[in-house]
Amino acid sequence: MSAVNASPNGTPKVGVYVCHCGINIAGVIDVTKVVEFAKTLPNVTVAQEYKFMCSDPGQELIQKDLKDGKIDRVVVASCSPLMHEPTFRRAMAACGGNPFLFQMANIREHVSWVNKEKGSATEKAKALVAAAVRRVVFHKPLQKTQVPVNSDVLIVGGGISGIHAALTMADAGRKVYLVEREPTIGGHMAKFDKTFPTLDCSACILTPKMSQVRAHPNITLWTYSEVAEIEGYVGNFKARVRRKPKYVDEGLCVGCLECIEACIFKKGKFKDEFNVGLSLRKPIYVPFPQATPLVAVIDPETCAFFRTGKCKQTCAEVCERKAIDFNQKEEIKEINVGAIILATGFKTFDASRIARYGYGKYPTVYTSLEVERLVNAAGPTGGEVLLPNGQKPKAVGIVHCVGSRDEKTNRYCSRVCCMYSLKLAHLIHERTGAEVYNFYIDMRTPGKGYEEFYDRLMKENVHFIRGRVAEVSDWAMTPEEEGKLVIRAEDTLVGAVRRIPVDMVVLSVGLEPQPDADEVRRRFNISCSTEGWFLERHPKLAPVSTFTDGIFLAGACQGPKDIPDCVAQAGAAAAEALAMIDRGHVELEPNTAFVTEEFCSGCKTCVPLCPYSAISFDTSKNKAVVNGALCKGCGTCVAACPSGALQQNLFTDEEIFNEIEGVVKYV
Amino acid sequence: MSKPKVGFYWCASCGGCEEAVVDLAEGILDVVAAVDIVFWPVALDFKRSDVEALVDGELAVCFINGAIRSSEQCEMVELLRRKAKAVIAFGSCAQLGGIPGLANESSRAAVMDEAYKHAPSVDKGNTVEPIPHITVPEGKLELPVLWETVKTLDQVIDVDYYLPGCPPPVELIGNALKAILSGQLPPKGTVLAPDIALCEHCDRRETKPDKLSVKQFKRPHLTAVDPKECLLAQGLLCLGPVTRDGCGSPCIKANMPCTGCLGPTSNVRDYGAKALSAIASTAGANDEKEMEKILAGIVDPVGTFYRYSLPASFLHRRYQPTARGGK
Amino acid sequence: MSEPTQRSDSFEPRIVAFFCNWCTYTAADLAGTARMTYAPNARVVRVMCSGRLDPQFILAALRNGADGVLIGGCHPGDCHYQEGNYKALRRFILLKRMLASFGIEEERVRLEWIAASEGEKVQRVINEMTDTIRRLGPLRLEPLPAEAAEGHGQKVAVHGGAV
Repeated sequence: MSAVNASPNGTPKVGVYVCHCGINIAGVIDVTKVVEFAKTLPNVTVAQEYKFMCSDPGQELIQKDLKDGKIDRVVVASCSPLMHEPTFRRAMAACGGNPFLFQMANIREHVSWVNKEKGSATEKAKALVAAAVRRVVFHKPLQKTQVPVNSDVLIVGGGISGIHAALTMADAGRKVYLVEREPTIGGHMAKFDKTFPTLDCSACILTPKMSQVRAHPNITLWTYSEVAEIEGYVGNFKARVRRKPKYVDEGLCVGCLECIEACIFKKGKFKDEFNVGLSLRKPIYVPFPQATPLVAVIDPETCAFFRTGKCKQTCAEVCERKAIDFNQKEEIKEINVGAIILATGFKTFDASRIARYGYGKYPTVYTSLEVERLVNAAGPTGGEVLLPNGQKPKAVGIVHCVGSRDEKTNRYCSRVCCMYSLKLAHLIHERTGAEVYNFYIDMRTPGKGYEEFYDRLMKENVHFIRGRVAEVSDWAMTPEEEGKLVIRAEDTLVGAVRRIPVDMVVLSVGLEPQPDADEVRRRFNISCSTEGWFLERHPKLAPVSTFTDGIFLAGACQGPKDIPDCVAQAGAAAAEALAMIDRGHVELEPNTAFVTEEFCSGCKTCVPLCPYSAISFDTSKNKAVVNGALCKGCGTCVAACPSGALQQNLFTDEEIFNEIEGVVKYV
Repeated sequence: MSKPKVGFYWCASCGGCEEAVVDLAEGILDVVAAVDIVFWPVALDFKRSDVEALVDGELAVCFINGAIRSSEQCEMVELLRRKAKAVIAFGSCAQLGGIPGLANESSRAAVMDEAYKHAPSVDKGNTVEPIPHITVPEGKLELPVLWETVKTLDQVIDVDYYLPGCPPPVELIGNALKAILSGQLPPKGTVLAPDIALCEHCDRRETKPDKLSVKQFKRPHLTAVDPKECLLAQGLLCLGPVTRDGCGSPCIKANMPCTGCLGPTSNVRDYGAKALSAIASTAGANDEKEMEKILAGIVDPVGTFYRYSLPASFLHRRYQPTARGGK
Repeated sequence: MSEPTQRSDSFEPRIVAFFCNWCTYTAADLAGTARMTYAPNARVVRVMCSGRLDPQFILAALRNGADGVLIGGCHPGDCHYQEGNYKALRRFILLKRMLASFGIEEERVRLEWIAASEGEKVQRVINEMTDTIRRLGPLRLEPLPAEAAEGHGQKVAVHGGAV
């Protein structure tokens, strides 16, 4: 079998380079044996080992052999191709070789790192090298195709991450579409009173950015909207955005709020989502006074007009601008963008899942998010920490790690709870003078000024009890406990079980992925980690990229994060998106399908299989035609083609058959 | 000048291939005029000794049809291989194993039992089985041994060309003969038929929808078949997309789906696997249960997709874990 | 060509694992990064999508000496290419029935949906499959004459066309 291309003198010359990766590979695999084995393989003209193939001197080894004509195609046995394939391809291209006459054998992630036994690891490495050598002989020289990039950006989610990314991109002169599903941007941060560890007012730092977003000439802000559909590919996405009707014309409403005043409901009657149910709102409302855009929304679920058709429509009567429009319909906007940043945030853990903490059972057990609203000057109590009976608590227990670091709920640390618990402890103590008890497993305060804040709290006479809370109950054992909630926990520093009677319990709930994170990631064709957080391309080297080119991540949708980290990551995502856009074009992998017309009988088996409609049928020629720009290179059509007329670059039948023979036959 | 010598031989086959030669009709006279047929047991009275008497390579070409399953067939084709300059595997059975190759779905023992013990025509009270060696007063007698596994011709001897089909279409035979007589033969190993699938020239081509999605696979004998519409579009398992062109699609013209006798095109290594892939891909469902329901309409996947090519397939035969195989 | 190494008395199954680039191959990388040790018996052939899997590849793997074949793709609904894994499933359902008719033990060819985050599942599935096949013993297909193993006897894919 000698059907070989791009080997000028007929016979292919394969160079095999086996990497030690320090001791990562060489510690388990007998690299020298692999090299000796490689030398015995057909078509191999050079086989050698090196400490770090990805280093400059490592790459130069390949380049020298290419230049000297000793080799014309390359196999590197090292780490995963997902890691360094681009590195070696670039090295080959840099010295005039075709970067696709290259194949990697993954002997690190797939062998040395998952194997302790030297013998079998070495055998497996040999098999993978044999497969790569057999396969690379059939590689053809290919060219990447360039497609222009649309310079507009879609940012999904208008919390602090989305806002920051939007402003960064817009300031750089890019046109940004910011889509938020709530009636206002601001996200969780808008609900907070103070931010740790500086205790600067959350609204003071956030609302200016929110108004900047509204006013920025480069930003189109669509609130109360969701991305319904995405198609296309890096540089050329098409998004359909569903704009839900607010029943108030955004262009006309000036945010005077007269309509809310005029509503036939004289008082709020329905749970206020923004205040996490701690107050009541009317059917027509704005989430909070700094809502952006400051436009009233009518909730058709509760509005008398929508429910009964009988309403005096006092809101509409009072509106001088005639902004109320009961006939408003859902709208679908279609936009074309080059990059997408997902900043869809998180939700807080549902505390009622841990029944023994009494959330939902005792009215004085709160979640931290509820307390954020209570301590907020713009919140339901005007910033006073008041119990339902109108009294200030005298003793408050803060339970850390609710829904975090727990096999039964979430194993991960939510990262922000220790710090916000300290902040709440400080604020509650400051506002009420109450004794505040923190029940913690470990205090985790890494971050600029964080440990210092913890120190400060300790000096403020806030109590810290190291132990996971077993139970919150109203069962009194002593007279002092009567009428109180008793927090029972083992104080692991003292080595005794303690019962602390309190008037108020704060559950420091952890962060979880949005309930619809799974749907969202499917819509955007990205992956999730086991916990449901959006998966970054690489945890260290590509933390804001995804496996789908052109889609970036910002903020807590990727994992629990505090505000500084969200903003930093949003900036990084914006920078990555900008770098991609400003290049003006993207290079597409050439691993697309192609038709050899001579063999195509026009049976059309392939046509319906392409999810991208990249295959059309030329009736005049009676042949299938692949549009290379639309083909994303899955190869599904190739597998189905009954006459082998369709093949996939870099994954031809011949290449795969040879790889199969290589992995099983050689060693 | 002496005419080139030609031989015909048959192994595990039905005789249809011989009929196909006769189907050349008047054309056969031209052939006879141009060549010397020196061996053709079906038609003329030649003996094995006539072949043995030939010098090695004396036959210009030998057409061998039928699959190989017995010691006698093996001996004969080895002999013919020695005597012939070129061997042409003639028809599906020689090329791919053909219908007799379906016996690879069971074992030799099962085949013998069925034929000599359980077949309805067998007198159950008085069964007789062939015995390969027996000594009678006149001496030792020997019968050919039936192999465990049916093989293609090229699994037994070296083959130069292939004439596909069950039987090979007359036109292809004619073309092959012309090529041989004119000495203009393609590279060794070539299948002497167009290297494109049957849909290329199918009369019903235009009626095939661009986006075929089969919701139910139907069987021809249980279906009123439209005489004009693409058979696959009607849910009938037509293997035209997988099968080599060159037959003129007589089956499809007779309103029957293609069963694949001309085998695969040159880019396909395993006809059945490829056919399965192409056909399963058209099952119009993404729900697993629904897929299973649709694909359940394909009653016998092996018999359907490997009807003519089981011995030539990657798996070759039914797996017999206890049989001595080995790597 | 080098000689196959001798198998020792304890049978070590050889498994060809076809992993899709985006989910299962990534998961296998993750298993590596996390240093999850598992049986060395599976050798991965990377394809961009499980939809690329031609049943020919699976049979070729068995023919060439694999005792088992593992196919790893993205979970239904998660395919990087939208629906490639469904196409893979359509073929797999029928292939499984066909392999059963061939008398090949069901456990030898396995399809698993393994997401990019499921490194642990790669470890578990490969370990399980190795154990199962070790119990089943080697797949001893009747050998084919070497030449015919290349395909349908047509030794080289020569495109003769009509003659």
